[in-house]
Amino acid sequence: MADATGVLVIGQTSADALDSTAAELLAAGRNVAASLGEELSIALLGSAVDAPSQQAIAQGADRVYAVTSPLLSEYQPDLYITAMDSLCREVNPRVVLMSRTNEGRELAPRLAFRLGVGLAQDCLEVSVDEASKTLLANRPVYGGNAIAVVSCEHTPQIAAIRPKAYEPAEADPSRQGQIVSFPVELDASQARVRVVETVREESEGVKLEEARVVISGGRGLGGPEPFAGLEDLAKLLGGAVGASRAAVDSGWVPPSYQVGLTGKSITPDLYITVAISGASQHMAGCSGAKCIVAINKDADANIFKDARYGVVGDWETVLPALTEAVRELMDS
Amino acid sequence: MAAFRIDENTRRVVPPANIPPVVNGFDENAVEAALQIKDAQEATITVISTGSSFALDVMKKPLSMGADELVLLQDDDFDNTIDSFRTAQLLAAAIRKLEGFDLIICGRQASDWDNAQVPLGVAEILGVACVSLGKRVAVADGKAVVERIVPDGYQVVEASLPALVTVSNELGQPRYPTLRGIMAATRKRPTVWSKADLDLDDSQAEARVTLRQLFIPVSDQECEFVEGENAADAGRQLALKLREAKMI
Repeated sequence: MADATGVLVIGQTSADALDSTAAELLAAGRNVAASLGEELSIALLGSAVDAPSQQAIAQGADRVYAVTSPLLSEYQPDLYITAMDSLCREVNPRVVLMSRTNEGRELAPRLAFRLGVGLAQDCLEVSVDEASKTLLANRPVYGGNAIAVVSCEHTPQIAAIRPKAYEPAEADPSRQGQIVSFPVELDASQARVRVVETVREESEGVKLEEARVVISGGRGLGGPEPFAGLEDLAKLLGGAVGASRAAVDSGWVPPSYQVGLTGKSITPDLYITVAISGASQHMAGCSGAKCIVAINKDADANIFKDARYGVVGDWETVLPALTEAVRELMDS
Repeated sequence: MAAFRIDENTRRVVPPANIPPVVNGFDENAVEAALQIKDAQEATITVISTGSSFALDVMKKPLSMGADELVLLQDDDFDNTIDSFRTAQLLAAAIRKLEGFDLIICGRQASDWDNAQVPLGVAEILGVACVSLGKRVAVADGKAVVERIVPDGYQVVEASLPALVTVSNELGQPRYPTLRGIMAATRKRPTVWSKADLDLDDSQAEARVTLRQLFIPVSDQECEFVEGENAADAGRQLALKLREAKMI
């Protein structure tokens, strides 16, 4: 498509508000749009998207496509992709940015295939080669052991960006933008997958993705019981408990605890790892943490390469002492 | 762990010497998911893979676990593994060539390029229902019933067949091959199809994604090791250090 122009962000909403991942995409999209000298638009899907549309303009969108249908009130991948496909064919953007959220994991590849174009998956950073107007995407590969720079050869050039790789800009309520209504005709029979039941298995208290302090445990804990000790420390610090894939695979905690490449991406101020070796796949989920603390008995463990503070020792002794000292400090 | 090396000029990972290739971990979960269905009802399991060359004994592992047939799509032209678009085209063409199917099960992603795109692309090309990130897969009354992982737990979803499901490590440890399975696999010959055997749309042959650069990221993090008179004291010192740094 020769006359393609502009950057189109496909943003998520939650509880009638712009999702933080959409604000992150707008921050990434502003840079890309500026390099291209083109406009930044956002598509918001739902039965009504008035409130998030205003927020999107305040976060940097020049134009909002309000993609609406009563059938878009709940997330359903088949219907969402059909709506996104119609919009992309109508708008003809040069670049499409999506977030690699749980929904994005399925929406972005399927949209790319439906449009017959490539996708730069799970990107940490996007930039523009200004001469060729090509999007360059940095993405971790081989479990985070290497970084690949890839480009897409067809238009639109689509990138799925890892949640929290970009920080949202400060909202500017005085910004002006245009809201374009884009109602879509959908047929309920296009939905080929039906949700029968939803089961919640999250840890109590603060959500892992939003916690300022996270304490995670790994294979070295040896069983499910020690996670109670991690909970104690997390409670003291107002934080959440996470886990490595090894602990999840062993059945000690549910999958919703998993931090890493195929689990959650977290960006706490403080991340304390207990008996986690620090495989690159785990680090992929916590590389945005401001301060990583590692407790591990193996001084050569990979985790110490990424940690700000480390204690080489047996967690069975170190953790209770740490927790007790934290309790005293918090009380004083 | 063997040192991870890349050749920046050819933009390829240098495979470590003396370490044999393995079946991608999530793909073993996919084989396990298929075998669990076969445990519960009559089913034929066909394993398909694509590449420019294969270690046949490695590729036979799913057969020794209990799968029925192995189809290898092998051609010098099939070596562009970073381009998910092409890989999905090849697999979809091969699946169309089979005598029908009810359910396609794939690992969520490959541990080399971590693209996590091919399965979803195959579903799009074939126009079948698609469920991603299953941790339990069953088939009943012409439907796939899948427990799929979501960030705060899981959902039970239904999709009418034919369908495609991707599975993750949460599905559980894949079973080990039995001796009988290994013996049976030894006697089985894979079906090998090259480019000429597949009905491919040449207008779709162009690569969609180009790898421009490949490098190993460098970390400039310096770890400060906190010590004490003993392990317990180190724990206490760590608390003080974190308070000093205003982290707690």
